[in-house]
Amino acid sequence: MAVNRNFRTCPSTGLVYHEPAEKLIRWNAVAGVVSLLVGGVLALLVTLTRWPAVKLLPPDWFYLALTAHGLDMLVFWIIFFEIAVLYFAASTLLKCRLATPKVAWAAFWLMIVGAIMNNIAVFKGDSSVMFTSYVPMGAHPLFYLGLILFAVGALVAVFVFFGTLVVGKAEKTYNGSVPLVTFGAITAAIIATFTIAAGAIILIPTFLWSVGLVSHIDSLMYRTVWWGFGHSSQQINVAAHVSVWYAIAAIVFGAKPMSEKVSRTAFVLYILFLQLASAHHLLADPGLTSNWKIFNTSYAMYLAVLASMVHGLTVPGAIEVAQREKGFNKGFFEWLRKAPWGNPCFSGMFISLVGFGFLGGISGVMMGTEQLNLIIHNTIYVPGHFHATVVVGTTLAFMALTYFLIPTLFRRELMFPGMAKWQPYVYGLGMSAFSVFMMGAGTLGVPRRHWDMAFSGAAMPHEFPGTAYLMMGLMAVSGLAAIVGGAMYLAVTVGSVFLGKKIQTPGFAHVPVRKGMAPPPVWGPAAVAPSGGHGTIGLGGFVAPGTFVLAMVFLVSFILYYFVNWKYLSTVWPLS
Amino acid sequence: MTAIHSPTDRVWWKQPLDRVEGTWIVIAFVWCLVMFFMMPYWHIYGKQNLSNEAYRTTPEAYMAKTQAMVDKYTVRTVTEQNIPVVHPVPGSDVYLIARLWNFWPVLELEEGQTYRLHIMSTDWLHGFSLQPENINIQIHPGYEHIVTITPTREGTYSIICNEYCGINHHTMASKLYVVKPKKG
Repeated sequence: MAVNRNFRTCPSTGLVYHEPAEKLIRWNAVAGVVSLLVGGVLALLVTLTRWPAVKLLPPDWFYLALTAHGLDMLVFWIIFFEIAVLYFAASTLLKCRLATPKVAWAAFWLMIVGAIMNNIAVFKGDSSVMFTSYVPMGAHPLFYLGLILFAVGALVAVFVFFGTLVVGKAEKTYNGSVPLVTFGAITAAIIATFTIAAGAIILIPTFLWSVGLVSHIDSLMYRTVWWGFGHSSQQINVAAHVSVWYAIAAIVFGAKPMSEKVSRTAFVLYILFLQLASAHHLLADPGLTSNWKIFNTSYAMYLAVLASMVHGLTVPGAIEVAQREKGFNKGFFEWLRKAPWGNPCFSGMFISLVGFGFLGGISGVMMGTEQLNLIIHNTIYVPGHFHATVVVGTTLAFMALTYFLIPTLFRRELMFPGMAKWQPYVYGLGMSAFSVFMMGAGTLGVPRRHWDMAFSGAAMPHEFPGTAYLMMGLMAVSGLAAIVGGAMYLAVTVGSVFLGKKIQTPGFAHVPVRKGMAPPPVWGPAAVAPSGGHGTIGLGGFVAPGTFVLAMVFLVSFILYYFVNWKYLSTVWPLS
Repeated sequence: MTAIHSPTDRVWWKQPLDRVEGTWIVIAFVWCLVMFFMMPYWHIYGKQNLSNEAYRTTPEAYMAKTQAMVDKYTVRTVTEQNIPVVHPVPGSDVYLIARLWNFWPVLELEEGQTYRLHIMSTDWLHGFSLQPENINIQIHPGYEHIVTITPTREGTYSIICNEYCGINHHTMASKLYVVKPKKG
């Protein structure tokens, strides 16, 4: 079988694309953006229904739209885009041909078929079981089958990624260790492998149950195994978007990781401990012991939280060092003030970083604490938390990366550059406010996945305080702002990809694989830079003092918020 | 080199840490340990811990126990559906059924007294969300969960379902009355 060894070098970035890989990256990214479009329209309907003053949809349509919104966004948009990121991190960054492009296409079409099948099942109206599809509430068999096919496709794509790493090593397309971004992508792929395995372990029996071949699925067993898939898939996102942060720091600033050792160790901590976090979802469940809950939900003593706190420092720290070396070395924050705030690639990444840490990270650790979960479980605080992690964190990071990919990967100029400049602010800040107001409403007890907080038709309705209604109204208004931001993203990306001005490549030529091979290794000087090897930048022996100040602000907010919640817990009815 | 290139130093793992990273890792790790020990600490000194006591049972067996309590302690009925209000003796076992789409029966408890509250679903997953206290517990079918609970303030509270359970999920709400202990 002939192997396509055609490469092209991007004249503006110097990146080397393997043409079959390039096409796959494009198509996976496009499939992701289409899912985002569908999910975005559904987001509008859901938001307008949960706005108590509007209450747009009837309950059956609301639960249908909410189910489809969760799946299209959390599964299809994010995973299609992640596959694109994996291929990019392996093939493009290692200047390596993609292993088995035909298998990668089979994976892609399997994922497409699965996604469409699942959407059909939901839109038919008999599978409004939410993203989590907890048994004994049952969906149409196609609902589970679609998810299984999608997961198999994703797993095959992950193996193509691993195969590409092997090809790169064998054909010596790079020297020494893989780049840090590729290392992060490997982390994501390893997590994806056992995430998908957990998904298969629970969804296959559930599918058999839905067609009548299995008589009973225990609800606690389902929740325990399902979250091994449901939460772990969010950890793929964390590993992927942290890699994207590092990539954007490198692309925009030429920033070097402060220390390869620290950043890579932090990624390894993700592999070892993030998975335990799926137990967070079971803190309010009967039948599991406190010992089990404490060990697992602390990720074995918060070692994965530690990893995120490390990345939260080293990504902006690397940017700060790069900026200071360029001469922005005054005071604590000149490097940040002089950052390219008009470049959506940077502003999107930075808002993603700050929002993920301050809103998503702190709220996540807080509600993942065994006892504190009692005052949070299943309130709208929970979606408030994960819109900060998965939307402000992951989705915004991916959007920021798109602004880099459009010229280099799609070879088109960005359309509506003015709109692109504002998009991360409208989307990121709108979504951050949306999350904060959801958390506020959740603190007042408003349930998630609930059509009517006024309980119309109930024999004994509960009356929420006026503040809760105010929070829900503010949530909806901020949500609309975020939806406008999402529409801006879609206008820019779809416009650029289909109608943008083509970037001509002078002297375009196919490159034979021999030229795609790295030269024989030439190692740098054996002596490593001494401590503080960044020269004379920084303050008081700290190369990144501004970042350190920001990190301390984060820590103080974290500590205060954490103990405020313990204080609140101590006032509720004693339970034991 | 940057994060999108291979490291130039072959032995990159020997590069010493910058002071900013080392300091932050130590501070962050200490904070992680504090958070870890808060959970066991609260089990010993805190008053709000979710019970680990749960038994597997069947809807029929659970229904029978609940019915026996209702027969014994019903003091009145509420709403057009004549839902019984039970006022069990303090310290006793109190049963609550969650089902599509109501809680049964309505409970009346005494302030400052402790009860063994049994909660179970007889069909799908439901949520026990006590408002405005905002105590939230997952309810499973087939798992009888026993929570020792002490109402602290007199008043009318709501129990709402906060686990999505189908089209009438939003009507699944009930009351819990807390009254002053009877004299004598």
